[in-house]
Amino acid sequence: MALMSAHRLSTTSGCGVPADVPRLGYVRGRRSDAPGVWTLDIEMADDAPCDFAPGQFNMLTAFGVGEAAISISGAPGGERLIHTIRDVGPVSHALANLAPGDPIGVRGPFGVGWPMATPGSDVLIIAGGLGLAPLRPSIYDILARRDAFGAVTLLYGSRRPEDIVFHAEVEAWRREKKINIELTVDHAGVDWRGHVGVVTGLLPRVQLDPSRAIALLCGPEVMMRFVGAALTEQGLDATKIFVSMERNMKCAIGHCGHCQLGPTFICRDGPVFTYERMRPLMSVKEL
Amino acid sequence: METLEQMLGAHPFFAGLDPSFIGLASGCAHDVSFAAGEFICHEGDAADRFYLVREGHVALQISAPGRGVATFLTVGPGEVFGINWLAPPYRWSYDARTVEKTHAVALDATCLRVKCENEPALGYALTKRVLPVLIERLHACRTQLLDLYGVPS
Repeated sequence: MALMSAHRLSTTSGCGVPADVPRLGYVRGRRSDAPGVWTLDIEMADDAPCDFAPGQFNMLTAFGVGEAAISISGAPGGERLIHTIRDVGPVSHALANLAPGDPIGVRGPFGVGWPMATPGSDVLIIAGGLGLAPLRPSIYDILARRDAFGAVTLLYGSRRPEDIVFHAEVEAWRREKKINIELTVDHAGVDWRGHVGVVTGLLPRVQLDPSRAIALLCGPEVMMRFVGAALTEQGLDATKIFVSMERNMKCAIGHCGHCQLGPTFICRDGPVFTYERMRPLMSVKEL
Repeated sequence: METLEQMLGAHPFFAGLDPSFIGLASGCAHDVSFAAGEFICHEGDAADRFYLVREGHVALQISAPGRGVATFLTVGPGEVFGINWLAPPYRWSYDARTVEKTHAVALDATCLRVKCENEPALGYALTKRVLPVLIERLHACRTQLLDLYGVPS
């Protein structure tokens, strides 16, 4: 017992609460943001949520079903926790289908987020599919202090027009013109008037100054591999490209090893890494 | 008034090409405009033109019975379509329809092929420019086939 107490004292999440015990929260809102994608608005039972850095994640518990690592998709500093979940497996299905008033467990926040302290930088944000969710807090942060950054561009690729996550909000950002936005989809019918093609096809449309740009990438790993390679070909140093990795995170505190990728633990050392660090690991099959 | 030679020289597809070759190609060129929603070509028709888009966007589409019309690629300023001009049977393998008002330079395919036959160095230079486009589009097709954004099975 003494050992366990010591263990708990030494493993705290980002805001000092024990990292291995879920805190109780309640779902206050649930909204569909794309087919099979739901956004939950969570109020903590005890207090305001721990503040978090864009790119960090929480472990969410659907009581009686299980726990899953879910990126935070809301704005930093808010009174509520916002998480966007794809209904794809038993735990995410249970989480995504929680109704307002239902309890939910929250551990976190965990991990290393996006490098937002980069004054003056041009920021190129490249998202694929649900990868926009972990990037949305960084976009909120940029919009909140827009003058601190240079040119900001969002390139976002989706499967079909109807799969564009946060579509109405993305269009609102486009209308505001504070950031440049290019959307593309893999497949579209005749009603779609935007781009069709892979997200790397949008890169030539971006005026990239490698001396002052950073790139934030989140999406399927194959997509990030190709985008990372394309960006380095355009002269952007691999240390200035950041990728958010996804693995099977279970404990979130670097103990269980489920999310180990080579010498790194995605939950503890990431999920955001430099492309320079991940590039050799991304090309290793079965890793 | 911009000449056809200047238009070709300013297009990324011709970037770095020997000016004499640009001069040769401009003899096959036409400045063309299309209204929004206009069909530029249809699948199965003779691929008699190669297009260099200057302004606007063009959707490349395939119709499938029972599944409607699907756009598989859009091309915009600085990009090209109609590579079918270079290889037999010189037929369009898709429909091309403008998304919005579009300006392009159209190169007459027969004229260009004759010039390439007569001046192999021009043919080689153009082939070297077409190949990267083909490779990029093949790579994009593979990526799209992976259906990366779909739900993993």
